Amino acid sequence: MIFLAGCGEVWNDPYPGAERGGSILYSSFADRPKHLDPVQSYTEDEAVFTQQVYEPLLQYHYLKRPYELIPLTAVEVPKARSIDGGKFTVYEIRIRPGIKYQPHPGFVAENQKLTSKIVGDLKSPYDLPLGTRELTADDYIYQIKRLAHPRLHSPIYGLMAAYIVGLEDFSKELKQQKPDGWLDLRRHRLKGVERVDAYTFRVTLKASYPQFVYWLAMPFFAPLPWEAEKFFEQPGMAEKNFTLDWWPVGSGPYMLTENNPNARMVLEKNPNFRGETYPSEGEAGDAEAGLLQDAGKTMPFVEKVVFSREKESIPYWNKFLQGYYDTSGIGSDQFDQAVRVSIEGDADVTPEMEAKGIRLSTSVETTVGYLAFNWDDAVVGGSSEKSRKLRHAVSIALDIEEQISIFANGRGIPANGPIAPGIFGFREGKAGINPVVYDWVDGKPVRKSVEAAKKLLAEAGYPNGRDATTGQPLVLYLDTVARGPGDKAAFDWYRRQFEKVNLQLEIRTTDWNRFQEKIRKGATQIFRLGWNADYPDPENFLFLLYGPQSRARHQGENAANYASKEYDALFEQMKNLPNSAQRQRLIDRMVEIARRDAPWVWGIHPKKYSLRHSWIGNDKPNTMARNNIKYLKLDGEKRAALRREWNRPVIWPLIGILLFLAIAAVPAVLSYRRRERMAARPT
Amino acid sequence: MLAYIIRRILYAIPILIGVNLITFGLFFVVNTPDDMARMQLGAKRVTPEAIAKWKEERGYDKPLLLNSKKNGLEKITETIFYEKSVRLFAFDFGAAEDKRDIAHEIRTRMGPSLALAIPALLVGLAVNISFALLMAFFRATYLDLWGVVLCVAMMSVSTLFYIIGGQYVASKLWHLVPISGYEGGLDAARFVILPVAIGVLGGIGAGGRWYRTLFLEEMGKDYVRTARAKGLAESVVLFRHVLKNAMIPILTGVVVVIPLLFMGSLLTESFFGIPGLGSYTIDAIQAQDFAVVRSMVFIGSVLYILGLLLTDLSYTLVDPRVRLE
Repeated sequence: MIFLAGCGEVWNDPYPGAERGGSILYSSFADRPKHLDPVQSYTEDEAVFTQQVYEPLLQYHYLKRPYELIPLTAVEVPKARSIDGGKFTVYEIRIRPGIKYQPHPGFVAENQKLTSKIVGDLKSPYDLPLGTRELTADDYIYQIKRLAHPRLHSPIYGLMAAYIVGLEDFSKELKQQKPDGWLDLRRHRLKGVERVDAYTFRVTLKASYPQFVYWLAMPFFAPLPWEAEKFFEQPGMAEKNFTLDWWPVGSGPYMLTENNPNARMVLEKNPNFRGETYPSEGEAGDAEAGLLQDAGKTMPFVEKVVFSREKESIPYWNKFLQGYYDTSGIGSDQFDQAVRVSIEGDADVTPEMEAKGIRLSTSVETTVGYLAFNWDDAVVGGSSEKSRKLRHAVSIALDIEEQISIFANGRGIPANGPIAPGIFGFREGKAGINPVVYDWVDGKPVRKSVEAAKKLLAEAGYPNGRDATTGQPLVLYLDTVARGPGDKAAFDWYRRQFEKVNLQLEIRTTDWNRFQEKIRKGATQIFRLGWNADYPDPENFLFLLYGPQSRARHQGENAANYASKEYDALFEQMKNLPNSAQRQRLIDRMVEIARRDAPWVWGIHPKKYSLRHSWIGNDKPNTMARNNIKYLKLDGEKRAALRREWNRPVIWPLIGILLFLAIAAVPAVLSYRRRERMAARPT
Repeated sequence: MLAYIIRRILYAIPILIGVNLITFGLFFVVNTPDDMARMQLGAKRVTPEAIAKWKEERGYDKPLLLNSKKNGLEKITETIFYEKSVRLFAFDFGAAEDKRDIAHEIRTRMGPSLALAIPALLVGLAVNISFALLMAFFRATYLDLWGVVLCVAMMSVSTLFYIIGGQYVASKLWHLVPISGYEGGLDAARFVILPVAIGVLGGIGAGGRWYRTLFLEEMGKDYVRTARAKGLAESVVLFRHVLKNAMIPILTGVVVVIPLLFMGSLLTESFFGIPGLGSYTIDAIQAQDFAVVRSMVFIGSVLYILGLLLTDLSYTLVDPRVRLE
């Protein structure tokens, strides 16, 4: 107790006392990031770090919706220029001059020739003398070349090799190089990426690919200084986990100064950051929400960000309530404690949260979760009228609204097609409903009746769920990943939904790898899957049903193996068009075809619920970008005061326990003394 | 004694090969190298070429146990098992699948594991022995009876309950200690005090009962009766004679676990956010990181064998009648 009393007024504060009141954002991470190298990193939990450090050419506007691309280090959003009669597309990209990298030892020449003793004694790369230099077009070119690096695994290499002129040959050339040591990519020419001047470069694509600009907003296209790569390739660095994959080097608002993925990751303000101004316009309602108060002010506002590793949800949630994390998601276990939903369906925080000043933000994610029918399956797949009606019947029987209510606490909206809300091509209201499943009644969609589903089933040749020719009950198979005993309720729910139309459902559970293997081999009938958009373009959803993307046939992303010549032809026209009325018409037709064929039960677009404390400002959910920390502001003094108020140590129970033990010891001591005084021991 | 130690070390080699073989077999029964590659490369945009490249880089493109395409000894040496296992015997653990150096990870994570495990062991031992001696002293009384009932009750409660309950009461309700987290140096005390207390509390049931049984067995022996007949105080009988003679079974239980303290606690470290080796092992299992799993199983086996050897050696220290030949 005396020791704990030395911690000051607050005993349960997990952070050092010196940090109290500081401009420090406290957050957490559950899983160790696998890659922080921008050419390899592709997951959201890694983007939380990489997107604060690395600066791609473009970014998404923080406030405007639908999502809008704006320049970050580029002078403007590059425009495609078609050459050779449309055979090639050229993007000429100009970056802003005067941008400096964060301080880094790689920029100091002497640090490129370190002895093994110096490397051995290093606790952090930042213990060495630090330098910087200006960002140039060569750094972007270097990074694009790294997509084909023989020792790196860029998830988008395959995609980019299909578009960037010469990338495939460049990759073959690099494979001929000696397998170890630093590979100086500057010595190898990539035909499709040319330097124009120090601040300008040109990328040539084999064909038109309008979605290319979205990739320019991802860390795959962030600049990388060759000096940093060379620095980390020195002998002995990897043994100390000093690699570019763990120590990012960028020009962004923050730099990673502490990297302990087992416990703590710390981002600190990059002293060389050029400064960027907070946006001065947003969407309707942003001004009222106070999101434009800092318009024109220089970012970032927060000095330091501390991410603590929190593997379990219970301590994480309690620390948020104690004020030790500034923002939080909401797990299913905490939903009732945190959120109340009105009869109208509006969500708000509970009085308990409100009393603490905690606020709720919600946003529909650019994600779709669906139930897919394997198009190659003899029973549920194919374009025959029989199988289509069977799929329609199942689509009606599965009550997605009920599923969202029971299993997601209402956090989601039923999907009517592959495209998520907020993406061009998505339609609201009557025009947006799936007529196979819903009727438009009194200004809202109403799911068709079970009777309608049964009728479709009978027309499909399965009256009362039995095969009309054999009389045998129709048994369908759902493949899914089993995550634990908690899944039982969901599986029972699925069975009940199928039973509504007298269909029997067998659920085949397996682990993630086996599940993926089954899909790859086309050895499934019905399965659950989802897709999280890479960029806000309908192409990134509609390609999930594009024939040449078939998983079983081409190892692509069309997991249902759906095949429709008409859909594919429309997709090829649509993907190259800018957002326009013509494009909308094509999308409408494609969605109509997909709804008619029903290769998926259009499941759910999840809604993200996040909580933040009253001392956090400028927080607006953005499901496309993760470089949001630079926009956030916080009131450290207010946080410190509230933490003190919420976490006053309660000592009396401890004193009570000690007193109880002392009192309980008295009879024992008396008994002991009595025994000791006895002349002989009783038998 | 030296010959005995050398003999035991030599015995350890086939045991370690066997453990390696079993770990290898179990791991690759449920995971293929393709599965491992997919787990590491993520779920999106993974091409067969990327998987082949990942396997080739890490040597997972070879046959598991027997390379039929090779001749002679290479049939054995050009396999995943040989390449991944042999270096372990030189304590060369290599890199994890995410390319982080395993030896470096073990060195940095050992400290937090020990910071939690050593106090938990020592305090737990002291508390359990004291509690057991108390019950033994008051044997056949209500205190003994209710002590045993309490022990059985405490044994029946899951460790998870102690952890969640402890966090709820000590940190959430009373605000006495951080609910989770870890800092190095002296600051570590603030973070390990609760998990140590919970570890001790959770161990009282089993430990108290076990030691009570040992003490009661000793107390029924002739030398204890002789000591009492001489008129020695009960405390002297208990602490100077009974405790000393009960040391052999106590040592068996304690010395064997001392080396294993390095391995950390899987559950406690996860819940309290302590970046130790237990947490490392759990992460590796979840990430299907074979390089880490085999390294941790290997170290665990070596430490267990070491623990058993130390136990045997410690017998000679506490019991002069024992001779190792």
